[in-house]
Amino acid sequence: MNEVFSNFDLVLRAFWLTVQIAALSGVVSLVLGTVLVAMRIGPIGVLRQFATTYVTLVRNTPLLVVFIFIFIAAPNVGWFVHTPFLLKGVIAVSLYTSTFVCEALRSGINAVPVGQAEAARAIGMTFSQNLAHVVLPQAFRASVPPLGSTMIAMTKNTSVAAVFGLMEATGRMRFFTNRHADDAVGILIVFAVGYIVIVELISLASYGLERRWRAAR
Amino acid sequence: MTDVGTVGREPLVALDHVDKWFGQLHVLQDINLVIGRGEVVVVIGPSGSGKSTLCRAINRLETIDKGTIALDGQPLPQEGKALAQLRAEVGMVFQSFNLFAHKTILENVMLGPVKVRKQPKADAEKRARELLDRVGVGHQAEKYPAQLSGGQQQRVAIARALAMEPKVMLFDEPTSALDPEMIKEVLDVMVDLARGGMTMVVVTHEMGFARTAGDRVVFMADGRIVEENTPEEFFDNPRSERAKDFLSKILKH
Repeated sequence: MNEVFSNFDLVLRAFWLTVQIAALSGVVSLVLGTVLVAMRIGPIGVLRQFATTYVTLVRNTPLLVVFIFIFIAAPNVGWFVHTPFLLKGVIAVSLYTSTFVCEALRSGINAVPVGQAEAARAIGMTFSQNLAHVVLPQAFRASVPPLGSTMIAMTKNTSVAAVFGLMEATGRMRFFTNRHADDAVGILIVFAVGYIVIVELISLASYGLERRWRAAR
Repeated sequence: MTDVGTVGREPLVALDHVDKWFGQLHVLQDINLVIGRGEVVVVIGPSGSGKSTLCRAINRLETIDKGTIALDGQPLPQEGKALAQLRAEVGMVFQSFNLFAHKTILENVMLGPVKVRKQPKADAEKRARELLDRVGVGHQAEKYPAQLSGGQQQRVAIARALAMEPKVMLFDEPTSALDPEMIKEVLDVMVDLARGGMTMVVVTHEMGFARTAGDRVVFMADGRIVEENTPEEFFDNPRSERAKDFLSKILKH
């Protein structure tokens, strides 16, 4: 325990990296997930097929395998060779999480009454205007709880990056437990509390959005 | 068949030999119908007769399998930008209102003009407020749809359609989902519109509206247009057995 507290700057820096990976991956996967869901429900058959296949494939692949692809397989064929580790971690987490975002949004889209999309078409909106102004704003609101869960799972999933040399929270935790095995329980508790704080912040944000949007309709 | 209402009118909507199937079900069978500019056509018929499908086919919310539909001489385009542009010219009012639940009443009416017609916001808002006043819900402009009664929501839906300055207005059973005491306020708005010279296709069970505001009644059954006539002639002297049977069922109470 003492070891952790006397090196607390290392702990903070590790969690800062975790937050960075999570925040960047959160933004990227929300954008990618939105693009995927637009393809999935869109009028163009090829894109629909592509998005469906992508979601099926990646969602059913363990995150560790996605990481192996980005960190080991891809550089072997010349991709991401000089990409910084942080960015590679973000890419791996985002590619994986976007499939869950897509599915969460799709459930939200299903909650928007079909009649509203028809009404939007009837006043001359194109497919993308319909999505942007009528369907997605409401789908996002309906998807807040599952999206919140997805973001929480994603934050904890960033720990896989530790395996690939990123000194984020889990990586730093292993660094401490390797050196002070007798103190493993204490070290674990410190790092667990760190994760809990981050996850609770996401939960609070999610509840907040839910409440605000429930009021406005 | 006689073209009762189109005499002396310029044709605005023309359906020519239109057929549609839902799987095995032949919902529209060889429909020929010309609607003149400024004409109010009331489509009535038993449920499942294809009248809603006919109405929705005019702005291609339902595709057709055979025949052509033309608006102002232009055949309906396939999916895409051209179709969106055509739909902007055709107002539609639904049975279930279909207001955008996340937008205020005012935003509901402004959305089309601002996003589709690219009007400046200030102009669109001014026009939207005028329209909301006209349909009698101007004082509700800042509320959300769920805060309004059904009748009020439907009047907003009419204002939303009118904001696009459509050439023709389609009404798909606009009062069927309303409580009885709210039907009149919606019909009043529609009668006003009809008197103002709007071209209207109205699918409804409101026989009173058909008599007051209709130029022509089109009676459909089993996917066909069975009879068309002036409202007076149709209600007082229906010619077909099918129409007589239908009228006897709905009027004898």
